[in-house]
Amino acid sequence: MSTKASRSSARLMISPAVILLLGWMIVPLVMTVYFSFLRYNLLQPGETPFVGWENYYWFFTDPSFSAAMWNTLILVGGVLTITTVGGICFALLLDRPMFGQGIIRIMVIAPFFVMPTVSGLVWKNMFMNPVNGIFGQIAKGLGFQPIDFFGQIPMASIIFIVSWMWLPFATLILLTALQSLDQEQLEAAEMDGANWLNRFWFIMLPHMSRAITVVILIQTIFLLSIFAEILVTTNGGPGVATTNLTYLIYVSSLLQYDVGIGSAGGVVAIILANIVAFFLMRMIGKNLDA
Amino acid sequence: MSIKRTLLTSAVGLGLTAGISASAWAEEITVATVNNADMITMQELAPMWEEATGNKINWVVLEENVLRQRTTTDIATNGGSFDVMFIGAYETPIWGAKGWLTPLDDFAEDADYDLEDIFPLVRNGLSAEGHLYAVPLYSETSFTFYRTDLFEKAGIEVPTEQITYTEFAEIAAKLHDPDNGIYGTCQRGKAGWGENMAFVGTVANAFGADWFDMDWNPQLDSPEWNAAIHYYVDLMTQSGPPGASANGHNENRALFKDGKCATWVDATSAAGDVRNPDTSSVADVTDFFKAPRQETDKGTGWFWSWALAIPASSQKVDTAKDFLKWATSKEYFEAVGETKGWVAVPSGTRKSVEEDPRRLEAAPFATTIVDAILSVDPADPTRDPVPYTGVQFVAIPEFQGIGNYVGQQIAAALAGQSTVEEALANSQRFAVREMTKAGYIK
Repeated sequence: MSTKASRSSARLMISPAVILLLGWMIVPLVMTVYFSFLRYNLLQPGETPFVGWENYYWFFTDPSFSAAMWNTLILVGGVLTITTVGGICFALLLDRPMFGQGIIRIMVIAPFFVMPTVSGLVWKNMFMNPVNGIFGQIAKGLGFQPIDFFGQIPMASIIFIVSWMWLPFATLILLTALQSLDQEQLEAAEMDGANWLNRFWFIMLPHMSRAITVVILIQTIFLLSIFAEILVTTNGGPGVATTNLTYLIYVSSLLQYDVGIGSAGGVVAIILANIVAFFLMRMIGKNLDA
Repeated sequence: MSIKRTLLTSAVGLGLTAGISASAWAEEITVATVNNADMITMQELAPMWEEATGNKINWVVLEENVLRQRTTTDIATNGGSFDVMFIGAYETPIWGAKGWLTPLDDFAEDADYDLEDIFPLVRNGLSAEGHLYAVPLYSETSFTFYRTDLFEKAGIEVPTEQITYTEFAEIAAKLHDPDNGIYGTCQRGKAGWGENMAFVGTVANAFGADWFDMDWNPQLDSPEWNAAIHYYVDLMTQSGPPGASANGHNENRALFKDGKCATWVDATSAAGDVRNPDTSSVADVTDFFKAPRQETDKGTGWFWSWALAIPASSQKVDTAKDFLKWATSKEYFEAVGETKGWVAVPSGTRKSVEEDPRRLEAAPFATTIVDAILSVDPADPTRDPVPYTGVQFVAIPEFQGIGNYVGQQIAAALAGQSTVEEALANSQRFAVREMTKAGYIK
């Protein structure tokens, strides 16, 4: 039983860590907001005058801005759909007893351990390259024209690569949930005459709903800031076909060296991410309360 | 005996003093460099300089785009992370004029270094307002790589004069044989001001286009740009490899060396690698002719130098200068020739190296490269007069952003994601916006 004194001493002891963490978060945030109101271009050094909302004006009127917003949503939505549905399917398959189960499970999870840059380069050069890639060679072998993945279907290709990376995560979480399901419940339903589809729909899926929520929440947070896969494969193109919000901020800050506009973009991204998080928590987060 | 002892003591004393002073002066310099073949050779040979001077080099080796970001950010914020930077003909005059680089005018006084031996065109490209700000390792222009065996088989005569791009497209179409894995032409398609826009910029010049008029108004919606980009997209669609919008210099170089391309208009600096039997499967069946012309022959081959410079923020200027002198000296080129073969010597900077019989014997194409480089005039790159210098780039700080955006739009047109008209209209809007933002136009 904690006393008043032990509670306050605990607070005292934990405070340095809390202050450090808060500072760690707040200092860059405040600096970003501050820079977003300055005319601050690295290529034109000297004064950095206060310009009000000018950087926000330039960021919102950037010809790539609306495309970047759409691309961000399409990327997040696409990957979430594929990984959640795919994750459920894989979890159901892996839950069944089979020969070499351990090895198969490790193989399914393996892509999650590959670094984003490495997987992007491997997919781009070894698989999806229309001249030297394996897919191109197979297509040619079968008498078809090879698909130029990053030229003809750039966004679908990126969604595919990112989904490949995140599918193991979804599978892992959902498989764990499925394994915690009481087998007797399923047997009882089977004895009552419920077929597999009914057992899946009325027992397994509701049981997995919390895990699905966790998968969607965590993935959304990470998918909003996908960057490495885009940088090493398409560089945001062709045109702006794969430019998402993160990539647009990178273009402003590090290709045009405009810290002011880049910071304005950063602030916009933070606000948008919080709006998305708010609605997500409202819509599906209540699952977590139960 | 006593005299002997005195002498001995003085000798030891002198030696000690020299040793102490050498170690007191010995410094470690940080060099930021790109990961290409010439710079890797330099790293291998650098111990020669380290042993001779007692200094040490801390190498920071980065991919070209990353190097550019790191060095630009560091120098613009006066970060002081590097004592020596590898930079190009675009950055040097801009950064020099801003006072971000240490002037190297005193190199002219060193007779051994012989600054006059470096081609004046190259020196001028690395100077601003009469001061030299960087010294070159190699310089390049662009010319046409072609496969002699394929030309012969198809009965195509090798051009002796500069051909037009229309004629070039006809040749490429004749050689295009994708069923047998041979593409008529491989050209840069990967977006970026230093990637596709290097080639596209020279095509635009050939068609009579320019980036800006004399009042800095962007000209990307002009009929000349339209004709040039239509030509480029048609050429690549009809005679290029699939997925061309992802191919930059390195990808095309690999394709060409692998025997998959019949023609390729690209950097002269790749010639040594393509003609090197150890690294290329087409070494003995590759030759070169001038990059084509169209409406004009001005600016049809680009101009670029990779050079060494010292940021103004460096605290070790003297040691850095000593390294610069060694790394671009006659002695260094000699060392590369002796250890890596004369075909691998960085090209296009020193007259004495290019005229060296050993170089001419190992690389008979060296004269073609030098002639091509010397025929470029960055100060007069286009058919109509323009307010800027630079053949495949515009020497203003804003160009990187504009060039990258336009490069993306052209890549989209090439990939069939948009039409040429849309790509150029977007490019024009973006360029007007950037030039307005920077205060060039009202």
